[in-house]
Amino acid sequence: MSQEIELPEIGSVGLLRYGWRQLTSMRTALILLLLLGLAAIPGSIIPQRTQNPMKVSEYFKNSPDLSKWMDKFSLFDVYGSPWFSAIYILLFISLIGCVLPRTFEHFHAARALPPLTPKNLDRMESYSSWEAQGHELDKARTWLKAKRFRVVEKDGAISAEKGYMRETGNLLFHLALILVLLGISFSSLFGMRGEAILNVGERFVNTPTSYDSLQYGKLYKEGNLQSFTITIDKFVAKYNVETNAPEDYTLDVSFAHDDLTKFTKQVIKVNSPLTVGNTKIYLQANGYSPVVTVRDSRGNVAMQGPVPFLPQDANLRSIGAIKVPDAEPQIGFVGSFVPTYARSNGNGAISVFPEALDPRLLLSAWIGDLGLDSGVPQSVYRIDTSKMKTVGLKSLKPGETFTYPQGSITFEGYQQWVNLQIVDDPGKNFALLGGIVAILGLLASLFTRRRRIWIRVGDRVEVAALAKNAAPGLEVEMSEFVAILKGEK
Amino acid sequence: MSRNWAFFSNYLIYSAMAVYTLSFFAHAVETAWAVRVTTEESKQVLDYKRTEKVARIATAMMILGFILLVAGVIARGVSAGRVPWGNMYEFSITGAMAFSGAYLVALRKYDLRWLGLLVSIAVLLTLGTAVAVLYRPSAPLVPALKSTWLIIHVSAAIISGGVFLLANTIAAAYLYLDAMEAKGERTAWAKRLPSLEVLDQLSYRLVAFVFPLWTFAVIAGAIWAESAWGRYWGWDPKETWAFITWVAYAAYLHARVTVGWRGRKAAWLCLFAGSTFLFNYVYVNIWGTGKHTYSGL
Repeated sequence: MSQEIELPEIGSVGLLRYGWRQLTSMRTALILLLLLGLAAIPGSIIPQRTQNPMKVSEYFKNSPDLSKWMDKFSLFDVYGSPWFSAIYILLFISLIGCVLPRTFEHFHAARALPPLTPKNLDRMESYSSWEAQGHELDKARTWLKAKRFRVVEKDGAISAEKGYMRETGNLLFHLALILVLLGISFSSLFGMRGEAILNVGERFVNTPTSYDSLQYGKLYKEGNLQSFTITIDKFVAKYNVETNAPEDYTLDVSFAHDDLTKFTKQVIKVNSPLTVGNTKIYLQANGYSPVVTVRDSRGNVAMQGPVPFLPQDANLRSIGAIKVPDAEPQIGFVGSFVPTYARSNGNGAISVFPEALDPRLLLSAWIGDLGLDSGVPQSVYRIDTSKMKTVGLKSLKPGETFTYPQGSITFEGYQQWVNLQIVDDPGKNFALLGGIVAILGLLASLFTRRRRIWIRVGDRVEVAALAKNAAPGLEVEMSEFVAILKGEK
Repeated sequence: MSRNWAFFSNYLIYSAMAVYTLSFFAHAVETAWAVRVTTEESKQVLDYKRTEKVARIATAMMILGFILLVAGVIARGVSAGRVPWGNMYEFSITGAMAFSGAYLVALRKYDLRWLGLLVSIAVLLTLGTAVAVLYRPSAPLVPALKSTWLIIHVSAAIISGGVFLLANTIAAAYLYLDAMEAKGERTAWAKRLPSLEVLDQLSYRLVAFVFPLWTFAVIAGAIWAESAWGRYWGWDPKETWAFITWVAYAAYLHARVTVGWRGRKAAWLCLFAGSTFLFNYVYVNIWGTGKHTYSGL
């Protein structure tokens, strides 16, 4: 025989209510806050796709099994992962459930008057009593009102309270945090962010196809792209001759809205983006593009122009790939560009200064199948040489030509490229407002003391006070109050 | 010209270290000499009235060291023609300055002389590491750092850091004293400490005082990041750890104000929060990847 234990029925509504109460309790909110902090840690130690995709692929190459396993838990995408989102969404809900009821409560409490003077004042903190001299109640009223206490008077007793700002500030702080989160979500839904690499002299028209990479929010409409055109006129990078560190980047552009006859000159620098309505244009990175001309064996030009190379170190030694898919057979060059050439023992060519004082282009030429039609996306800076064979190696100064059996390549010179980041972030002002209100609320709540003061006058004068959260400073205030009442001050 | 200022700054920093060393010895002597053996029971008692003069010297040395350090930091700034917050050497000397400044300010209000021993040794270690390991020649700023926000963001972060670490030191003293009390035997230095309750309150007040400033430092950083990098928050390792520190101190304040944590538990939480700040400063600056790699190492 089975013995059944009878449980009181709580039903699904009761269960939901129970769950809601658990979720919106202060303790849960605190645990979720700590969890959010903990959950943020792995993303700062493991490379993240959004910040450093190269490091991630390196990780995959070095330990493929571990990486696959880690990827299942979104460890390379921590801040967009389901578990991270789960924590902050729960925290968000918990915060709302915790703060909103308290806001209504406080709204009522703030309009209510302090409770009447209790009977037994001598049980309170900082109690004192002495023979009445007369006019104590009047003096007390004047003093309390001057100090902006709320005052209730009844039957020869005054009850006063001050420091509502503490809870007001506290609630404002938490509501402001919700505003920050709303701002962030708003941006991720309605914002856009894209990047484009442009050589000096090139023109950028703000349409989706102009971008090298472009991300929209889920609710962003493509037609919302600001219409404008930018021409890259000039880019100047200044470097410190002692430390080789960059000192200044200045980008001169010509900028036009719809009307292409009305270009205006603008300057973009690292800390001062160009603003177009809600859209901002940032100067993010720069590098060198060697300008080359590739000819076939009959001397016809197969390819000509600047090819952006990717900087590898502070002295801008850059690597890249020049691909000529239209040649027959296909030709590719694995290249390395050094702006100021020097030889090092063992490492071959290195760069000793980031400015192009003595540029060299080092090339190895490959013939065969570039593998561009395989469907697997390829980096523009690398060549898959698995189906190719090398036909030669050469170091070129500007103007020099490398001739190999199938044709030739001329290193004409170099151009600089810049990486423009174009961002529309409509939620950021809400987030900023939230941040400012949060600080103000925090200041109000941390530096306001909430306390009550009572006085009853009969044959004797009785005063007492009580501070919430054992806030300091009550003793000092009470001794001043007593001195006023006794006429000592 | 600028090189002369850099040398001048180095001399000032070395002098400050010498003076802090004197301050450290004076603090140590104060603690040691206060021990007196009574004749009747041959028991040790502490009498700090005997060492009042040494204690005054110790504090005076600390003030002098602080002044030299301030001068050294300013000279470093002059040598580079900018605020002296461009690499980790400069962050460290400014951080040591903020830490001992926070101590001296707090000393005006509270009886904290017992803490001087720890503060002087901590400042010495920081300056020593800065000079020996982190030193880099004075140089102009990289473009990303050329902004007014450098002054606002970094000064707020450094002051917050100084006060957080002071609160941490006091929390550590609390735990030390707490362990002593459990054993029933106090060392000479522990006898100099105020009551557990005072230590507990003190570290809380420092954190509560500086938490809004830290919040401001994070927000100012976000505003700057928006103008320099095109996004106000990108989970860069430094940002992530600044956030973790913020969360940890927020939890600490909640635990105290709403849950009512006091004493040992609160002190441990305070230490944990402070260590996230230190981790951010040391690990992320030196070994971390990301956009905040200005250590110059």
